[in-house]
Amino acid sequence: MIGSALRGAVLAEWTKFSTVRSTWWALGATVVLSAALGYLVALSLGGGRARGAFDPLFAAFYGLTLAQLALVTFGVTAVGAEYSAGTIRASLAAVPRRGVFYAGKVLAVALPAAGVSAVAAVAAFLAAQPALGPRGVGLGAPGTVEALVGGCAYLTLICLFATGVTTMLRGSARALGILMPLLFLGSQGLGNMPQLKPVMQYLPDQLGMVIIHVSGPPDDPRWARAYGPWTGLALLVVWVTAALVGGYLVLRRRDA
Amino acid sequence: MTTIHVNDLTKVYGRTTAVAGLSFTVRPGMVTGFLGPNGAGKSTTMRVILGLDRPTSGTVLVDGKPYRELRDPLRTVGALIDAKAVHGGRSAHDHLLCLAQSNGIPARRVREVLAMVGLTEVARRRVGGFSLGMGQRLGIAAALLGDPPVLMFDEPVNGLDPEGILWIRTFMRSLAAEGRTVFVSSHLMSEMAQTADHLIVIGRGRVLADLPMEAFIQGSARAHVLVRSPRAAELATMLTGQGAGVDPAGDGLRVTGLTAARIGELACAAGLALHELADQRPTLEAAYMDLTKDSVEYEAVAS
Repeated sequence: MIGSALRGAVLAEWTKFSTVRSTWWALGATVVLSAALGYLVALSLGGGRARGAFDPLFAAFYGLTLAQLALVTFGVTAVGAEYSAGTIRASLAAVPRRGVFYAGKVLAVALPAAGVSAVAAVAAFLAAQPALGPRGVGLGAPGTVEALVGGCAYLTLICLFATGVTTMLRGSARALGILMPLLFLGSQGLGNMPQLKPVMQYLPDQLGMVIIHVSGPPDDPRWARAYGPWTGLALLVVWVTAALVGGYLVLRRRDA
Repeated sequence: MTTIHVNDLTKVYGRTTAVAGLSFTVRPGMVTGFLGPNGAGKSTTMRVILGLDRPTSGTVLVDGKPYRELRDPLRTVGALIDAKAVHGGRSAHDHLLCLAQSNGIPARRVREVLAMVGLTEVARRRVGGFSLGMGQRLGIAAALLGDPPVLMFDEPVNGLDPEGILWIRTFMRSLAAEGRTVFVSSHLMSEMAQTADHLIVIGRGRVLADLPMEAFIQGSARAHVLVRSPRAAELATMLTGQGAGVDPAGDGLRVTGLTAARIGELACAAGLALHELADQRPTLEAAYMDLTKDSVEYEAVAS
């Protein structure tokens, strides 16, 4: 009974997403931005003179830290649109068990997000290679497969993080108000300030940079992190779980 | 026989008590009007019935179960809460399809209900461009999706043109005639007078009246019989002797407590000529105003 109810909920949520244009814009933009930034960053780094150790993976995947914002928008609007359009009441009247409703939402976000993330990560890598010219690498280069898997996992998880945060805050504007600074704070350099680093390095986007191998050469003390990619991934799962559980508790307790 | 059973329902939001100890039953085969001034707690009650808001205390059962325990609830209860609550970028067909899929309702039913409310032509158009009346029809189509025995409409005629109002009224009456339980809230008395068979009137979160429409109107303090007679003084004495309340009203008498027929018979027996004998049935509006005048949340202060 729960099984068929959940299947119906996932199907209904996917229909909701797939029948509005904003979903296709967000998902399309994630792939396009990943590929375009992969190419451009590779062009600017690969064409210049090598400064210190050159990392072809950094060039390929750095763009994902920006492309994630498009996918985050999908994760936000998946829930936020219900509140801005007021459809949350009709949706919950149709699926009154909040756990089933929420599980349907999360699964219907996770599955396309994972697919798009995989395409985006591969697209970024492939787009970067021609721009890198002779410095380009193949899939066999050390760390490449790990970075691709990491990129796919990171983008999917950060999208779900956005869904959880939006469910907690019950609205797109509030959620983006928290998520955009949170996802930019680290990338804008705060994560590297010695005084803040002990804490900032554990923010989701900082974990992500380690997971996708773009946090800089680990032997450079400025970039060094207290954890490696796999630990980073585990820590990110903790963040996402906390956001999703928080979202569930809010959805279960609050009146619609 | 599917009923809505509200038992001692109380809902408190912060420091505001929206409804306090509400109890009533909504029965099948008729249109039950849910009346009350704005802020009386009608929408709150409907939200609690649908499991959207959790009661502070008390219970609400639909078909003998709390709403949240209904399997595929759209097959039991269809509700129109807020017709404007649709995603403007989605088509009418897709809007209904999402709801149908969540309750295991086949996609063919979406086309059926669109035809029932006359939206087939615009089924693929985005609902952002719909008029108020079309939006209302879409909301009713959504309520009908699961072919439910219980239908609830919250202020369904708000903002509609006369044609739309007539359409909805006819529709609700036909749903009740099919044996369904139809529960409609409104603050428009004139609308209820033409639609409902039974009335539940609330004010400040309490039930003020729960009775058939006819009894509601008759029971109002304003129901009386207007009598004119050339021998008014004798008539008044005689009627008072029969237990009636008699007050002078213009050049006639305002009689309460006796029916017009009984007054006529008594006057005839006493040999008193009558020039006028008129049943003064108050409008639903007047009956309602009497009942709710003490319970209007925000009453304008007379200057």
